[in-house]
Amino acid sequence: MSGMIQNREKFLNQIASRLDRPRITGLVERPKWAFQPQQEVLKDASQDELLEVLTEQCKKIHTNLYTTELEELPATLDEVVTSYGGGPIVTWKDARFSKWGLDQLMKKDWPKQSIDVYEWDYTKGEENIAKAEQANVGITISEITLAESGTVVLFSDENKGRTISFLPATYIALIPKSSLVPRITQAAQKMREIYQKTGHVASCINFITGPSNSADIELNLVVGVHGPIKASYIVINDL
Amino acid sequence: MAMKIGTDQFKERVDKGIHNSFMRGAVAGAQDGMGIKRRLATEELGNWEDWRSHGEEIRQHVLKYLDYYLEQLSENVAKRGGHVFFAQTKEEASGYIRSIVQKKNAKKIVKSKSMVTEEISLNAVLEKEGCEVIETDLGEYILQVDDHDPPSHIVVPALHKNKEQIRDVFKEKLGYTKTSKPEELAAHAREMLRKEYLSADIGITGCNFAIAETGSFSLVTNEGNADLVTALPKTQITVMGMERIVPTFEEMEVLVSLLTRSAVGQKLTSYITVLTGPREELDVDGPEEFHLVIVDNGRSNILGGEFQAVLQCIRCAACINVCPVYRHVGGHSYGSIYSGPIGAVLSPLLGGYDEYKELPYASTLCGACTEVCPVKIPLHNLLHKHREIIVEKEGKAPISEKLAMKAFGLGAASPTLYKLGTKMAPAAMNPFTVGDKISKGPGPLKAWTEIREFPAPNKERFRDWFKNRDKGGK
Repeated sequence: MSGMIQNREKFLNQIASRLDRPRITGLVERPKWAFQPQQEVLKDASQDELLEVLTEQCKKIHTNLYTTELEELPATLDEVVTSYGGGPIVTWKDARFSKWGLDQLMKKDWPKQSIDVYEWDYTKGEENIAKAEQANVGITISEITLAESGTVVLFSDENKGRTISFLPATYIALIPKSSLVPRITQAAQKMREIYQKTGHVASCINFITGPSNSADIELNLVVGVHGPIKASYIVINDL
Repeated sequence: MAMKIGTDQFKERVDKGIHNSFMRGAVAGAQDGMGIKRRLATEELGNWEDWRSHGEEIRQHVLKYLDYYLEQLSENVAKRGGHVFFAQTKEEASGYIRSIVQKKNAKKIVKSKSMVTEEISLNAVLEKEGCEVIETDLGEYILQVDDHDPPSHIVVPALHKNKEQIRDVFKEKLGYTKTSKPEELAAHAREMLRKEYLSADIGITGCNFAIAETGSFSLVTNEGNADLVTALPKTQITVMGMERIVPTFEEMEVLVSLLTRSAVGQKLTSYITVLTGPREELDVDGPEEFHLVIVDNGRSNILGGEFQAVLQCIRCAACINVCPVYRHVGGHSYGSIYSGPIGAVLSPLLGGYDEYKELPYASTLCGACTEVCPVKIPLHNLLHKHREIIVEKEGKAPISEKLAMKAFGLGAASPTLYKLGTKMAPAAMNPFTVGDKISKGPGPLKAWTEIREFPAPNKERFRDWFKNRDKGGK
């Protein structure tokens, strides 16, 4: 259903009149920009080089970085969850967890150790949010990973609740090594490509760089404010 | 809170600022710390000037075609089921938001940091409706808990408060029992605010950059509060200044990169969130209803005129962090939520010369602000332009300057008076002179000597010295 637009004509006419011209009715082409410095950052870097950059950056953003082969992923994930004090855990509903061999850990081993694992289920409505609020660990998957800034990019949908990355006390992002790009420039291009191809944008796209923090009190950095208090990235060698 | 903060006159505000030694130390420390971080973050790119030029060309293009991009934005928001309200005045903006609050019968509202909602006095309007309005940015939360103390910095609003003061406020108002450690204070705020996000009826945010092509907008934070404000309440209202818009994700990315590096020296902040419309049909979190309020409130009067470049601003506060005047007088001296060089340019434009005629003089015109601006706003030139208008068109030059100029004009117009004046000066100033300095001057000198010394007039006038020299004197 389309939303309402109110008071537009008078408002835009005033702008046009201040700019001393009639309202623009045709298409405005984006100019060919004279400067494009963002394209030069980490240009032509290999995936290995990007991983090195990411590793360095994680030290600055209070984030533990683990790298692992696919076979070792369950052991690594278990180790990180244990280091955060165990469950309850909340995750997206995503076929990749199974594809990456995490079923044994998530569906058998953890429950056996009475670590509660909740998989997002939109049919259960508000219960999802209550689960995320009580969780100790939230686990999601990075679709695009920005080496320069150490950022994971998430696209929401009915199986990928937004609050999984915000309400739990700690946060773990699984990062396929193939998802590494130089910087936010490439993510923006990809987002635009998806929009132009499908005519659709996810209602929420999150760029997450480490745990939440603030320097609002005497400029002292406090890690852990409204979002997660700790964050870890696990880079999976999928190449 | 409106754009104007406090009722003191400019001089009294400055006087309070200059004598607040904690604030001055905090501001100096903040300027040094953030200044160094900004410099490192911009230098490491190696071609910062190209980045600035790109930022400038994007902002100039958007302003030139602003009506086009706002139309495109509103169409795309509506397509996604969001409602768009164009508000020419602050009353229209707050009135529309009040009508939503009434329709929803809302009692509790959570907000993430937004300068434009301060500009339209939104909190006061909603509180009058009987709503509880809760700021969730840690700095703004502290100020709100402390009986709405005004912000003193665009990015770090509670910069003027020390942690002991914050502890005392929390103790008194929130039943806080722990120490003044920032970690413990922040943890307490986290705990208090968690309950509020989960029980609020409406979430209100500002907007860093709207994206015309997709009807999206982005929010830039470190604390994660904006994400909870937009994920949990059923209704979301986003308020944007009409110029905060870019054509596509690609330009958004550039401006976000300029913003985070210039503001805090971060490559990106912890959270950059791009939201489009309300939640989708099967989504569990995110708002069911989304309203975008686009605010003019005096901005269109700046368009097409000699101050248009100020609308390029992306609110990074880099200019504030290098300003030598801000360093000494602090944010409250500006009497506006917009402080520092950008505030001195913008406040008179949005709030009028009657209220803010002193601000363009709160500058040494050193140009440090212009040099660091990531979108190349010629800030010190605009300050100079304000002064020209104040003196020539408005006739509102500061009274002491007017008197001094008038006296000089009279004296210098007649050779006899001039001779007399220069002869009398040393004797007249004698009672105020210690050594060769005047540190407590009378009349028009008072304003000067309140903050620095003035050299005492030389006993020998130039003309006498020159005459003597002809006679073989030295």
